[in-house]
Amino acid sequence: MSDTRIDRRFKALKAEGRAAFVTYVMAGDPNYDAALEIVKGLPGAGADIIEVGLPFTDPMADGPAIQQAGLRALAGGMTLKKTLKLISEFRQDDNDTPIVLMGYYNPIYSYGVDQFLTDATSAGVDGLIVVDLPSEEDKELCLPAREAGLNFIRLATPTTDDKRLPKVLANSSGFLYYVSIAGTTGAAAPKASDVATALTRIRKTTDLPIAVGFGLRTGAQAAEIAKIADGAVVGTALVEQVALGSNDKDSVNRVLELAREISAGIRSVKKT
Amino acid sequence: MAKLNSYRTGPDETGHFGIFGGQFVAETLMPLILELDAAYEASKKDPEFAKELSGLLKNFVGRESPLYFAERLTEHYGGAKIYLKREDLNHTGAHKINNCMGQILLARRMGKKRIIAETGAGQHGVATATVAARFGLECAIYMGETDIERQKPNVFRMKLLGADVIPVKSGARTLKDAMNEALRDWVTNVDDTFYIIGTVAGPHPYPELVRDFQCVIGEETRRQIMEAEGRLPDTLLACIGGGSNAMGLFHPFLDDEKVEIIGVEAAGHGIDTDKHAASLKGGRPGVLHGNRTYLLQDDDGQILEAHSISAGLDYPGIGPEHSWLNDIGRVKYVNATDAEALDAFQLCCKLEGIIPALESAHALAYLEKLAPDLPKDHIIVINLSGRGDKDIFTVADALGVEL
Repeated sequence: MSDTRIDRRFKALKAEGRAAFVTYVMAGDPNYDAALEIVKGLPGAGADIIEVGLPFTDPMADGPAIQQAGLRALAGGMTLKKTLKLISEFRQDDNDTPIVLMGYYNPIYSYGVDQFLTDATSAGVDGLIVVDLPSEEDKELCLPAREAGLNFIRLATPTTDDKRLPKVLANSSGFLYYVSIAGTTGAAAPKASDVATALTRIRKTTDLPIAVGFGLRTGAQAAEIAKIADGAVVGTALVEQVALGSNDKDSVNRVLELAREISAGIRSVKKT
Repeated sequence: MAKLNSYRTGPDETGHFGIFGGQFVAETLMPLILELDAAYEASKKDPEFAKELSGLLKNFVGRESPLYFAERLTEHYGGAKIYLKREDLNHTGAHKINNCMGQILLARRMGKKRIIAETGAGQHGVATATVAARFGLECAIYMGETDIERQKPNVFRMKLLGADVIPVKSGARTLKDAMNEALRDWVTNVDDTFYIIGTVAGPHPYPELVRDFQCVIGEETRRQIMEAEGRLPDTLLACIGGGSNAMGLFHPFLDDEKVEIIGVEAAGHGIDTDKHAASLKGGRPGVLHGNRTYLLQDDDGQILEAHSISAGLDYPGIGPEHSWLNDIGRVKYVNATDAEALDAFQLCCKLEGIIPALESAHALAYLEKLAPDLPKDHIIVINLSGRGDKDIFTVADALGVEL
């Protein structure tokens, strides 16, 4: 069993009797400074875990909102190197909130896996979600990342049946990210009852905490998920607020405002 | 690298050609890809599948396609003897239908009700819409807005064939972006949808199965050249975007080491500019669209936009088996610019009475460098992968002619 900030955070929340609020924002969106301010503000707005999106030109599993966010970041000159810098700047003031770097493999492959793991670890990254690395490709990054002490967080989806699930879970740690619908990020919200059925099935195979995402936009929806899951992930709705902002300050405020609302929803659900 | 007994045994059991290939897709798609792999393996063992496919290739597609001695091109260059493999004469006007027919039969065996595909020039879109119409399956084709603009006739063809043509507005609005959107559709519609990938790329098993369905080109060529000349050709030549027409011609000859094999990438404005589509000569290995292969990318691993006058070659990657053949040196990869392709396009029209696709014109363009200095008994076979009716607007535009 690993002992990362992610493991400690889920343990603490379990003791507290509530689900984790997992937020996703894109590094460098709308620009480096404003994105840093957003990430720095998220723990205060109730985020328990922060997924930092690594921008990529061709995000094949993302819907329009996150595609646009990535392109805005890239247009502003964001890179993997700067993304790690942003995380290390965040770490100067916050040594507890877990950071998960989420993205696609090519920028990491291009950077060089060994160098990336060294730099990500020293920047203060705790876990990785790499969308286009299924368990078939574990040798690429999953196993070296585990060796380096990072959690490799895997996605399970409605298409991940009982036969496949053990393969998905094999080298994963930290938590399991259950993608509640087959689709791209930001698609329609899932039915809580369908999610509950899936979670019951998955829990027969793993003791890892399970965070549920895709399609959650409001405090009420997140609260529904918080009743049945160990965490609720909100990404697209937050990223959309960045685009709606009339200037950097407004974007930052909007994201943190929505985070506070969703956090309140999640915190309203107490588990015994 | 130790010399191989055969160049035709790939991919390995994990879907790799050397370091290239693989299965780099979102988890949602993995079960579907494994299911496809199993269905494909089963079809290979089923003689009924082969029988049905070859019947349709003969009677619906119009195979075999002729291997035509291009007398006047030969005379023009004054060197090697030039043969054209006439894939332009297939139903729908290109080699694309060979693969589509194979894949739609797989889709039917798997009980899928809906077909999706990406298209650049529109040839693969037309071929997919055609087989979907033939078998009465719903069909959605993703096509970049830029390509929709430059390939209007094919867009209308697809619509006539009953397909829904969905404009893609992301990125440079060309083939790469159409492929992203098709993958997003597939991730969303996992239950009933079959994705017909148009080239020898994507996650395993696509590079293998597309290649196998296109190998009919090379197999026929072997037989036909033996009939015409009593021996194998000295040189094979084909254009490469993703590389399916080239792989179809090359693969049955890979183990004939005396056969020189040349693939021609699109050099756009020139490979020393930032406007080209030559992934092998201007890119480096990376991961995109389900496979590791040579890609046009920047220092940060962000994918760059390709450029070619030919929409079908306008893609920043290449099939993984080509990357491998490049690295081990079995196939030589060269390139031709927009301007060279345009010249070759016009020359072929005038000398042979054949309007070639702009894609195929890239292969023809390399004759200028290759053919004149070769002896008259040297045999070159070029894959004339498609016809150029679809390209007349682009060509007119490039030549400053108003239609």
